[in-house]
Amino acid sequence: MTPFTYAKPSSIDQAVQLAGPGARFIAGGTNLLDLMKENVARPAQLIDINDLPLRDISPTPDGGLRIGALVSNAELAWNTLVEQGYPLLAQAILAGASPQLRNMASTGGNLLQRTRCLYFYDTATPCNKRAPGSGCPARDGLNRNHAILGASPLCVAVHPSDMCVALAALEARVIVRGRSGERCVAFADFHRLPGDTPERDNTLADDELILAIELPAPRFAAYSHYLKVRDRASYAFALVSVAAALELDGSAIRTLHVALGGVAHKPWRDAALERQVVGQPATADTYTHFADSLLRAARPLPGNVFKVRLARNAIVRALIQAQRGKCQ
Amino acid sequence: MSDCEPLAALLPIQLTVNGQHHLLQLPPWLTLLDLLRDQLDLVGTRKGCDHGQCGACTVLRNGRRVNACLTLAVMCDGDTLTTIEGVAQGGTLHPLQQAFIRHDAFQCGYCTPGQICSALGLASEGRAHTRDEIREGMSGNLCRCGAYSNITAAVEEALPLMNGQGGCRP
Ligand SMILES: Cc1cc2nc3c(=O)[nH]c(=O)nc-3n(C[C@H](O)[C@H](O)[C@H](O)COP(=O)(O)OP(=O)(O)OC[C@H]3O[C@@H](n4cnc5c(N)ncnc54)[C@H](O)[C@@H]3O)c2cc1C
Ligand code: SF4
Ligand code: FES
Ligand code: FES
Repeated sequence: MTPFTYAKPSSIDQAVQLAGPGARFIAGGTNLLDLMKENVARPAQLIDINDLPLRDISPTPDGGLRIGALVSNAELAWNTLVEQGYPLLAQAILAGASPQLRNMASTGGNLLQRTRCLYFYDTATPCNKRAPGSGCPARDGLNRNHAILGASPLCVAVHPSDMCVALAALEARVIVRGRSGERCVAFADFHRLPGDTPERDNTLADDELILAIELPAPRFAAYSHYLKVRDRASYAFALVSVAAALELDGSAIRTLHVALGGVAHKPWRDAALERQVVGQPATADTYTHFADSLLRAARPLPGNVFKVRLARNAIVRALIQAQRGKCQ
Repeated sequence: MSDCEPLAALLPIQLTVNGQHHLLQLPPWLTLLDLLRDQLDLVGTRKGCDHGQCGACTVLRNGRRVNACLTLAVMCDGDTLTTIEGVAQGGTLHPLQQAFIRHDAFQCGYCTPGQICSALGLASEGRAHTRDEIREGMSGNLCRCGAYSNITAAVEEALPLMNGQGGCRP
């Protein structure tokens, strides 16, 4: 690791004052320290945020839930209010990483974990995300794990989080504070597509700290499912994952939310397409038609053509499972 | 960084490891794993991958299982740690250690300290009851010798004896 200085502020204001281009917040450390060992991240200063009062999970006035940025992934998945109101979120978290890592990983850090693209990790190769302008070897190289949706000529990386896929389907909000004040970001606007600036994964400014995630009042506790497809049964990143959430009116669809992981630079959703299935019968045919439409925009790479069919089948299966009721 | 440029100041850190109190001066970039192995001579905690992937470095931090290789020592100021060296009570092996021996749950033994600390964490979490849940709950610990079925059997046998507790001293 490249040497750095260490600060442990005791207030949110202090933490935000210390923030800047050369400094990085550290929460669980499970992604940042890994990247520092590889010399991919070389902060001059670490700002340890573990003394900040961001560990609560509390109900909001509108019937939702506010989750502090320092709540660990394990605590969140096993929280009674989450298990009851948002089983989709619990299921997605438990599908990720290992029990040890989930004890360490924080809610805020999970959102900001970086891509697992091999070239991004390997400082001996070019990579537009790590070294802007150097090129993207994944385009013509190993791209089995890469994007099929929303990529740019400059970067075809995917966001690796499971938790974020559920948060996208649940329409969470991210509460952040910087030196110029606090703002609330819709989950769909938090992460971004690579475009011309693949070095930026999200819309957070350098001086901004994530304070909390807010979930709207639960609507999908009865009918939701997280399906993760990976190379082994446990402890692997998703090739494709699906967070499916339904509200039903008898046998018709009242609301359908589908977010995809492992396929794009951010959790992938198409809210306009979801609105088109409202009122349609909750059947495998409807789900298949929806999946085909959602994937019409797919532009696979030579190594990941299989992901299109995999994603299609996974969407249908996740929706059927969701419809059977009670996440399991 | 040139030779005459001072490195960042060492930071004063207090830790309790296996019941023993330590007052240390540490550079911020030292991992908990390197502290345990290189400075405290607790080499039971293993370095497998050094990247959070294998679980060989699993220790209990304030009772919870974590990967010591992805933890900075300075971030543990004031914490209580248990490593494999602190699991037995005096000369008596912990029931989980006895179960590992009884079930022949290791071959080379490299992963074993991490497996045992991880299983202690699993027990205190109280979430694993079936064989499948144990397997999933132990999935953060790789065993290159492939002793998995015996490891699972040992953990399965010892779980009820641990009474929902890690059962080791804090
Ligand atoms: C072997 C391995 C396997 C894994 N498998 C999976 C998996 O299958 N699925 C999955 O989803 N994840 C997986 N992960 C990733 C893991 O979930 C993330 O590393 C973790 O969620 C990051 O959280 P953290 O608190 O440790 O972040 P840190 O490493 O502390 O920080 C990550 C980034 O977030 C920033 N940051 C942290 N908190 C804040 C805040 N409050 N405000 C602003 N910035 C902040 C830091 O500056 C840093 O840039 C795996 C990780 C490993 C090592
Ligand atoms: S896909 Fe993105 S992260 Fe991977 S090498 Fe290309 S630019 Fe880098
Ligand atoms: S050495 Fe820490 S997980 Fe492998
Ligand atoms: S016993 Fe050899 S690695 Fe597990």
